[in-house]
Amino acid sequence: MMVPVLLAASEVNVALNVAFGVLAVVMIGAALFVVTTKNVVHAALWLVIVLSGMAAQYLLAAAEFVAVSQVLVYVGAVMVLFLFGIMLTRAQIGAEGNLNNPGWALGIPVALLLLGVMGWAIIDLFGDQTIEEAPGGASTQAISDQILSPYLAPFLAITFVLLAAAIGAIVLARKD
Amino acid sequence: MFAVNFFLLAAVLFCIGVYGVIARRNAVLVLMSVELILNSVNLNLLGFSLINGNIDGHVFALYIIAVAAAEVGVGLAMVMLVYRNRRSIALDDLSEMKG
Repeated sequence: MMVPVLLAASEVNVALNVAFGVLAVVMIGAALFVVTTKNVVHAALWLVIVLSGMAAQYLLAAAEFVAVSQVLVYVGAVMVLFLFGIMLTRAQIGAEGNLNNPGWALGIPVALLLLGVMGWAIIDLFGDQTIEEAPGGASTQAISDQILSPYLAPFLAITFVLLAAAIGAIVLARKD
Repeated sequence: MFAVNFFLLAAVLFCIGVYGVIARRNAVLVLMSVELILNSVNLNLLGFSLINGNIDGHVFALYIIAVAAAEVGVGLAMVMLVYRNRRSIALDDLSEMKG
C-alpha cells in the first residue's frame, strides 16, 4: 500500500495535490486552535479560517456552487451569528480560564481512537485509488436540474426546516 | 489527486470536532465544534461525488449547509435564553434534569 499522504506522484496532478496539502495543513492547525484557544472570540476567528479553507477545498473538488454557498452562508452569516452570540453571552473580553470541562482530557483518547478506526477504514478502502481531472463547467446547471426534479421533495422540506428554525429562533430569543 | 486526501482530511477535522464537543464547557464553543463536524461531512460528500462522477453529493452538501444554518440559529437562540435565565452558559451547570 502506498503512503497516503504522499503529495506528488506520477499520473497525478501535482499542483492540485500541493494546493490540497497546503490548505489541509492550514485547516488542521486552525481547527486545533478552535478547540484549544482560551479566548472565545479568537476561536470564532480561527473557525473563519477553517471554513474559508473548506471553501477552497470545495473549489479543488470542482464544486464551485457549493464553495460559493459555503462562503455566503458560513463565512458570511453563521460567523456573524456566532460573534453576536459570543458578544451577547459574556461579560469580559479577553482570555477566560474555565472554558473546558473538568474531564476534558477524556476527549483526547476518544478522538484519537476514532481517528485510528476511521483512518484505517479509509486507507483500506481507498488506499491507492486516484481521482481523474475534475471535469469543468456546467456543474451549477446540473445541480439545479438535480434539486428541482428528483430532489424536489427534500428541497421543499428544507425550506420548511429553515422557516421553522427562523420562527423558533425568534420565539426563543424574544424578550417578553 | 488521491481519493484518500479528502477523506483523511475530513476524518481529522471530524475528530478535532468530536474532541471539541467533549472537552469544551462553553456552549458557543460546543456549537463551533459541531460546525467543524458538519463541514467535514460535507467534504466527504464532495469527495464521493468526485469519485463516482455524479452530482448528487453536491445536492446533499447544499442541504447540509442549509440544515447547519438552521441549527446555528436555533442553537444560539437557546444559548441566549439559557444565559438570560442563569447569567452563565457553562454546560455542566445545567443539571436540573439529572436523575
